[in-house]
Amino acid sequence: MGQITLQGVQKSFGPVHIIKGADLDIADGSFVVFVGPSGCGKTTLLRLIAGLEDVTGGAILIDGRNVVDVPPAKRGLSMVFQSYALYPHMSVRGNIAFGLKMAGVARDEINRKVEAAAATLNLTPYLDRKPRELSGGQRQRVAIGRAIVREPKAFLFDEPLSNLDAALRVQMRLEVTRLQKQLGTTAIYVTHDQVEAMTMADKIVVLNGGKIEQYGSPLELYEKPANLFVAGFIGSPKMNFVTGELAKQQGATTIGVRPEHLKVERNGQGGWHGTVSVAEHLGSDTFLYVDAGPQGMLTARYIGELDLHPGDKVSLIPDPARIHRFDDSGKSIRA
Amino acid sequence: MATQQTQLLARTLLTPAVALLFIWMIVPLALTIYFATLHYNLLDPGSESFVGLENFRYFLTDPAFLASLQNTLVLVGSVLAITIILGVPLALLLDQQVVGLSIVRLMVIAPFFVMPTVSALVWKNLLMHPVSGLFAWIAHLFGLPAIDWFNEAPLFSVILIISWQWLPFATLILLTALQSLDEEQKEAAEMDGASAISTFIYITLPHLARPITVVILIETIFLLTVFAEIFVTTGGGPGLQTTNIAFLIYSQALIQYDVGSASAGGLVAVVLANIVAFFLVRIVGRNLEA
Repeated sequence: MGQITLQGVQKSFGPVHIIKGADLDIADGSFVVFVGPSGCGKTTLLRLIAGLEDVTGGAILIDGRNVVDVPPAKRGLSMVFQSYALYPHMSVRGNIAFGLKMAGVARDEINRKVEAAAATLNLTPYLDRKPRELSGGQRQRVAIGRAIVREPKAFLFDEPLSNLDAALRVQMRLEVTRLQKQLGTTAIYVTHDQVEAMTMADKIVVLNGGKIEQYGSPLELYEKPANLFVAGFIGSPKMNFVTGELAKQQGATTIGVRPEHLKVERNGQGGWHGTVSVAEHLGSDTFLYVDAGPQGMLTARYIGELDLHPGDKVSLIPDPARIHRFDDSGKSIRA
Repeated sequence: MATQQTQLLARTLLTPAVALLFIWMIVPLALTIYFATLHYNLLDPGSESFVGLENFRYFLTDPAFLASLQNTLVLVGSVLAITIILGVPLALLLDQQVVGLSIVRLMVIAPFFVMPTVSALVWKNLLMHPVSGLFAWIAHLFGLPAIDWFNEAPLFSVILIISWQWLPFATLILLTALQSLDEEQKEAAEMDGASAISTFIYITLPHLARPITVVILIETIFLLTVFAEIFVTTGGGPGLQTTNIAFLIYSQALIQYDVGSASAGGLVAVVLANIVAFFLVRIVGRNLEA
């Protein structure tokens, strides 16, 4: 079991409030991603759950038990650090076994569990190597091995893939997701990369300035962002925002349209007129950065190749069903 | 990559420095070897004559040689043990966040800046003096008889003084090493359920293996040739109890005026230092490999 509940969790370092009251319910076995820009408090929130930082206020419940005064090791969680934090003088075996050894598990059982974990992670040939003799991806797997061998109630991942190159990151992303589903253990995963968040999560927590902006499934966040921040943060390229007269016509202060919901027409009639300033041709997609006069710079995404070049005149027609409307305070207006 | 030209340039530019260093080293060494084969006593000028290896036989069979060799090893070993065993906890303490830490650190490091002669004099006359010393006064407070340090435990007293001088060095090296220990590693150990003691044994101590090696190597080099502290406090005595190899060579040359024997002793000391260095590198040098 690994059900984690946060109730009004607060954290301040002196006068600086890092976490301004977080309430969250994480179901057993789910994969939850904390995402947000740097400095939003996502890592701090993870460290509070881990017990590496003391909360200033509120309660953290693991399987219904308040653990704010419980030391990290007794919370039954295990953590994968951004730097992996492998013990450099121990072999891979020693690294994975360390937690079990500290818990006083019998030697035979330690061996059995370490071998099993190594087999799951394809680390068996490397068990007697030192961390410095491993590649980045292998080190990453050792760090994960160290986490799974203790059979925790939940895994905590602190930006574990940020030190890997792009190709390996995609591969490890799949491996981590598959492993989590296979073990069925609750996982909390911190990242600043919204693509990682969208692809891995069952549910995403969007954090900004120490507050939870929205908590929901990836598609919920994409389709029904609660406010301007979530709308701008989720989705790539970013959502276009238009203010002023056009927004007023829709009964909103700001309206937002995702680049993929703008239909591009060469010298078309309706919609918003503009001049292409940059065109990015990826083959599978074409991204257009269009100077649309009163609407400002707009980004449009066209699936497939579109033969447009800087200086060409285009019109952009927003899909009326996909226009997001926001009020004065930035909150989403639902029809 | 260096081209042929830059290599040639580098060699040309380095030559004067290397040549100077080489001459600086080779002239005294050659002279010492030369003097070691002579009967050469300053009390008997003009009688220099070639005696072959006689000086070596004389120096090595002198009962003072074995005694001073033993004293040297005891002194080096004890000071190393004391500075490391006390240096590690001291460094751990200084690594904590405490108010006024910068001043505390400065105070701890201060003994290293006191020159050996001065610190030996301070210890001898202000601290360990059986009549007017601080230790005697403290003993008196408790109604105990004062200890005459340099007569009752001469070698131990010298070890105490030298340890006090070298403790800051060990602490400083170990402290900088501790500060380079990855914070996340300690947190990982904490998550793994390691107690403070287990973290120290399994994480901190292995991390310190390399700096401890550095401390051992550097201190050994300097401790083999300790002289000022002995000269100022005990003058090698009582008897031979605090005479180390360096002091023995000094007494051969400038108390007995036997330059030939002293030169032979100097060469023996060079050989001994190399033997010690060989074993040290064998035993602890492994830690230095990345």
